[in-house]
Amino acid sequence: MRKDLHPLIMIAVVAGVTLFGRVLPTWTLSLATIAASNALIALGIVVLARTGNVSFGQGLFFAAGGYGVALIANAWGLTDAVAQVIVGAACGGLLGLVIGPLIARYSGIFFGMLTLALSMVFYGALVKSTALGGSDGFNVGRPSLFGMTFTDPREADFMLYAVSVIVTGFAGIAATILFRSEFGLASLAVRENNLRVEYLGLSANRIISINFLIAAIFAGASGAFALMAQRHIDPQFAYWTTSGEFVFVAVLAGNQSVAAVFVASMALELVRSFSNLYLPNTWQLVLGIFLLGVILFLPRGIGSLWIRDRHKRRIPATASLTAERGAAP
Amino acid sequence: MNPVLSVRQLEKRFGAVVAADALTLDIPAGQKISLIGANGAGKTTFVNMVTGYLKPDNGTILLDGIDIGRRSPRSVARLGISRSFQIPQLFVELTAAENLTVAISGIGTRMSLRAPAEAQGRRDNAVELLERFGLADLADRPISELAGGVRKLIDIAMALVRRPKLLLLDEPTSGVSAEEKFTTMDRVIHAVAPDAATIVFVEHDMEIVSRYADRVVAFYQGRILADGVPAEVLNNQEVRRYVTGGAR
Repeated sequence: MRKDLHPLIMIAVVAGVTLFGRVLPTWTLSLATIAASNALIALGIVVLARTGNVSFGQGLFFAAGGYGVALIANAWGLTDAVAQVIVGAACGGLLGLVIGPLIARYSGIFFGMLTLALSMVFYGALVKSTALGGSDGFNVGRPSLFGMTFTDPREADFMLYAVSVIVTGFAGIAATILFRSEFGLASLAVRENNLRVEYLGLSANRIISINFLIAAIFAGASGAFALMAQRHIDPQFAYWTTSGEFVFVAVLAGNQSVAAVFVASMALELVRSFSNLYLPNTWQLVLGIFLLGVILFLPRGIGSLWIRDRHKRRIPATASLTAERGAAP
Repeated sequence: MNPVLSVRQLEKRFGAVVAADALTLDIPAGQKISLIGANGAGKTTFVNMVTGYLKPDNGTILLDGIDIGRRSPRSVARLGISRSFQIPQLFVELTAAENLTVAISGIGTRMSLRAPAEAQGRRDNAVELLERFGLADLADRPISELAGGVRKLIDIAMALVRRPKLLLLDEPTSGVSAEEKFTTMDRVIHAVAPDAATIVFVEHDMEIVSRYADRVVAFYQGRILADGVPAEVLNNQEVRRYVTGGAR
């Protein structure tokens, strides 16, 4: 049996990281908030990637969450941060519930291109929609928390940091439990041989749809965080480069560790911030070199730094692979 | 006795090629039936139609009286037909026990998003099934590290998980060395015995056929050339001419 962290320990880690925000410099808080938000949506991509499908259009659900929250906030004065995250997740989830079963029958590049196409259709509709501010988008007010408003920028940043870390942390714990579950194992089976999965009486499409729905919920919640951090929304949320950034984080992380998604997201934000500061004209080049370095030296992602091959952990190092009956030479 | 599987006037064409030409066949419960025939005779097409992978152009396939001719492989599996493959269809990055666990997950109506895949009860079931094939000590080995013969047995073990009414084995001893073919087949028959499944196996090795089959159905160009006990079918002049090439 594998020895994994107990969920209570993971909750303690989330609490520790949240409290750590109290001693972080202010500029780091907003950076960490964006990193946590991006990690949440990238985590969804990793969840989906376990079925062998990569979405290049998570910006669709990211924007759906952001726009849904922004519209409700402006129409009904909903400013509570937790409520906004729930609304964002619901908006992304509802869209995922409709789209997931429709595209679950496709795989590989067709799946990826379809998600990209849908996000660009949504982007085009947002740009043309004057009611939603067209290409300029529109602003929303400052978020509150359980009736408390935060006028001190440091406190407002910490509130947003805390909510984003807690929500993303709990999403990470849920993903860890999901990965270990029989559903998580079946998802890996779909990635390897979806026809055999069907012959075993399981529905590969249903497994992909559920993973897609989870990814859409995470993306919608992430859109709500991005909205709260920027207090502005525009069609860029659905643009393909935005979706590409989330895939970028997922590739950096690999699919072996949930924690790797958070580390990768934070690393990417740090590299981006510092390269933007010191090399303002060539920061994209630095990001590209960073990604190349990770692909070259950590082809299974940052997670492979602390997670070895999932099978090698179980087989004693002394076991001879060829001596046992039936082993391939 | 009512047949488990009843096939009537089954037809399937791929362009000009006739893969099934008005096939009619009854398979009673508890029998071990071997399908023989040269490559392209229509054996695997028959298996693919019975398991829902291919839809017949005409004809009916009844499983315990239920028409399954238009159903999906998933639906057919849930009704009680399981199969193994000529080339084992396994999840190669997973371990042997995990492969069986995925198969066990397919039995219930819904999978848990929380219950650990490695929960003791589920793992015990997987290991018990491997034990039937004498493979329990390989439970934690990834499939990618296992030899072809072992993969074949695990493929069959996965098909057995549902305790099927009808088990279809596509060339269970292909890729297995001549020395091991009887051992492999003995293991399969021994492992299947507790569930008393009806077995239909596609086979090219006539020694295996004559030793393990209760009944032999010989295919030729999508038609049934001969159907009967092994000694009778394997000595049939047409079977010797078109199928075995006088192999016995």
